[in-house]
Amino acid sequence: MRFLAALGRLTLAALATIGSVTLFACSALVHIFRPPFYAGQFGTALVQIGWLSLPVVGLTALFTGGALVMQIYAGGARFNAEAVVPQIVAIGMVRELGPVLVGLMVAARVTAAIAAEIATMKVTEQLDALITLSTDPMRYLTVPRVLAALLAVPLLVAVGDIIGIMGGYFVATGSLGFSSGAYLRNTVNFLEPLDIASSLIKGTAFGLIAALMGCYFGLNAGRGARGVGRATKSAVEAAAILILAANFILTAVIFAL
Amino acid sequence: MITLTNIHKSFDGTAVLRGVTLTLPEGKSTVVIGTSGSGKSVLMKSILGLVTPDGGTITQNGTPLNHAAFLNDFGMLFQGAALFDSLPIWQNVAFRLLRQMPKPQARAIAVEKLARVGLDADVADRLPAMLSGGMQKRAGLARAIATDPRILFFDEPTTGLDPIMARAINDLIRDIVLETGATTLTITHDMTTLHTIADHVALLDAGEIRWQGTPAEMRQSKDGKLNAFLFSGS
Repeated sequence: MRFLAALGRLTLAALATIGSVTLFACSALVHIFRPPFYAGQFGTALVQIGWLSLPVVGLTALFTGGALVMQIYAGGARFNAEAVVPQIVAIGMVRELGPVLVGLMVAARVTAAIAAEIATMKVTEQLDALITLSTDPMRYLTVPRVLAALLAVPLLVAVGDIIGIMGGYFVATGSLGFSSGAYLRNTVNFLEPLDIASSLIKGTAFGLIAALMGCYFGLNAGRGARGVGRATKSAVEAAAILILAANFILTAVIFAL
Repeated sequence: MITLTNIHKSFDGTAVLRGVTLTLPEGKSTVVIGTSGSGKSVLMKSILGLVTPDGGTITQNGTPLNHAAFLNDFGMLFQGAALFDSLPIWQNVAFRLLRQMPKPQARAIAVEKLARVGLDADVADRLPAMLSGGMQKRAGLARAIATDPRILFFDEPTTGLDPIMARAINDLIRDIVLETGATTLTITHDMTTLHTIADHVALLDAGEIRWQGTPAEMRQSKDGKLNAFLFSGS
């Protein structure tokens, strides 16, 4: 009986959190279209989320693309299919690895930073100060970050896709004996518009998730340093899981068309 | 005039405010004293709309308090100053002004207010983390008075400061209250603050207003709780 009661409490708490996050997401999206708009905050968020994430995204994609080529080459050699390496790397990077890796890197870097910053603002009464200065934290803190992530993460995914493919290209042409022209031609010819569109759609969704989770857990942080730590941890966990779940759902929806 | 009538607030079943009735007279400095956990901060946050009371009413000049309108003519010094980490000091001070006027004009007023609280113009471009606790409090005070509001709240203005800096802040607050003629509410357990700035004193004890009156009446009072608080110094 006690077990069932505990299970019930856990379920209710989980449902309450899902409801709360959903309402928060709806409110954030609605506020995007309502003034006032804080351009300075948006610009700063765009630099933080987009420009400053480029090195980590680029390096992740570069090494993953290179490793992917070696794995596919070794696997393909078992049934004399080495020639399809460019096509498989391209589709693997653009459809799956590019968006997911960028999404997870953004979750680690951006979601954590947003959650920690906003949670610290909460525990040091900066959020209360904002309200007493007639400023809505949703508009001032959440909307600029969500909007910046919605714009920046698809671009990061596009850059990650290209760098990943190029990582594979360097390994394939440098050490596996592929011809440079043929590799690039096979890559470009094989990719379809839907592959690229799916990559960008996923990037948009993952950016939204990453920013929303950072803001939600930051604004709902508990007290003190422990509250900031918990908010950051919960935000990154939630963002990573939701990104992977969203990836599965989007893959199923887009490629079942 | 702001009037709180029979305000109740509980958190997780624990009553923090138990029927608080208090009036902040127009143009006067009201100081609420009480030990830690007596409900002072919750009382202040209830007026600001940061906490929603479970019961009771808050009115301004006889009509229910409209928080949006109230906050438009309001400034507050927070316990830890609560300056925005990512903004330079002048933008903290001019935060509200930047929505009302061009940047150079807002900056000029911010620098003027910083000078009013004893901070040099070269502080204006520094980030809050580069200032000492006392300087942050001064900057927080400059932000509170940036728009010359008619209502000012001070939350434990001298907490965490050394006695010299605490006296400087108390004197600044006294001068600003006298200059502006603002309606002010200060919550504190610092007796020096009380004696420096109070026109009206209220003792909050276990979520209830235990005693209230003028500083002169306070000195004559035989109330046991009040005297215990005054003579314990906290």
